[in-house]
Amino acid sequence: MEALINMVLLTLLAIVTIGVIRMKNLFAVVILSGIYSFLMASVFIVLDAIDVAMTEASVGAGISTVLLLGTLYLTKSEETEPLHKPYVALFLAAVTAGALIYGTLGLPPFGAPDAPIHLHVANRYIENWKEETGVPNVVTSVLASYRGFDTLGETAVIFTAGIGVLLLLKGRKSPGAETPDMQAEAVAARAAAREAEAEADAEDNLS
Amino acid sequence: MKMDLILRITTKLLIPFMLLFALYVQFHGDYGPGGGFQAGVITAAMVILYALIFGLKAAQRVVPVSVVQFMVPLGVLVYTGVGVYTMFKGGEFLNYNLLGHDRVHAQEWGILLVEIGVYITVSGTMTAIFYMFAGRGR
Amino acid sequence: MNPFIHELIAHYNQWITIFLMVSGLYIVIAKDNMVKKLVGLSLFQTSVYLLYISPGKILGGTPPIMDPKFSVYSNPLPHVLILTAIVVGVATLALGLALVVRINEAYGTIEEDEIFARGEEE
Repeated sequence: MEALINMVLLTLLAIVTIGVIRMKNLFAVVILSGIYSFLMASVFIVLDAIDVAMTEASVGAGISTVLLLGTLYLTKSEETEPLHKPYVALFLAAVTAGALIYGTLGLPPFGAPDAPIHLHVANRYIENWKEETGVPNVVTSVLASYRGFDTLGETAVIFTAGIGVLLLLKGRKSPGAETPDMQAEAVAARAAAREAEAEADAEDNLS
Repeated sequence: MKMDLILRITTKLLIPFMLLFALYVQFHGDYGPGGGFQAGVITAAMVILYALIFGLKAAQRVVPVSVVQFMVPLGVLVYTGVGVYTMFKGGEFLNYNLLGHDRVHAQEWGILLVEIGVYITVSGTMTAIFYMFAGRGR
Repeated sequence: MNPFIHELIAHYNQWITIFLMVSGLYIVIAKDNMVKKLVGLSLFQTSVYLLYISPGKILGGTPPIMDPKFSVYSNPLPHVLILTAIVVGVATLALGLALVVRINEAYGTIEEDEIFARGEEE
């Protein structure tokens, strides 16, 4: 039963991803990525990862969506048609997918209790929690006590990101920023590039 | 009556419960899912909701930018301070067993202080990032 | 038919993970809009979280919070690693979006080919 719910949620995730690839309106893409985060949080709950589900729901569907919407407010919200066809990217993606799928055929099946990852370190954390830390939530005890150095590094990473954004965005915009003129120039450059390509194609067809 | 009357009253009702839930998640991280990160992000979401409904200036009167900027390194300092304190007591960096008389009590103290440090940094950073994006202006 | 269904259930998590990973990679490589590239990057990162968490599940187990009534717990170690990874991912996204805002103010656009065209003119 758990496996069936898992498969349905994962199929929904794949459908949302196809939507993110195809949509041109960036506002819709941001909302779809919020839906993707919520579906991923539900998958994490079915997979018994409740701490991770709470973090993914609050961080992915909360903070990420707000920051992306803030960026759309400061830039534009419609994606323009790309100039080149994406055949090389599709080929690369297909080759990578094929190699990875070939690699997964040798992995242990889903949910097996005798897979190698359950046999070594995790057993020590699960068996000795009472004498060594006294905290029933094993994830918190591993995060804050057994692997406390990693959490210190992670806090330093969040600190660095905050300092970086403060450095980049603090203060008002520089008063000489001619954004509407630059946008008009950019549109003109694009139109000129399209005309040049169309002429080149027409010449190739004639000759 | 304009529709934003409903939004304003609902936000005023929701915000204390959001803060209460964030502190609950923070301090009950030992017995259920939770911990510093989740609580910090929920606190930041509370400030963001207030800023969205009542305006950025009103939110910056309640939680000033200087306070938020001060909170960003304060959490890292608290975390590293716990480690340096245990070094003063004679052990290695971040050896929680030296924080109390009994091993289990000392570990609980260590985990509590460390999670408070993480909470301060995460909530400060997420709020600061939101203030920067919202205050850039066209 | 039966062995194929058996293989599907055993490896469905991993195949969907690979599909999400490869779609994220495709969005980063093929699309020109910078905000869409960052969304694709965050899709890729989330699929990596799924890659780590799904082997930790034991069918018939329970979340790793100790209680005298249960005896089989899912593996807590991937949860810890992924908690760190999620927060690092949002930190990366915030910095990337701040850079996109500054690029937009400097060049007037966030499409990569337009920025390259302006760069060639200068």
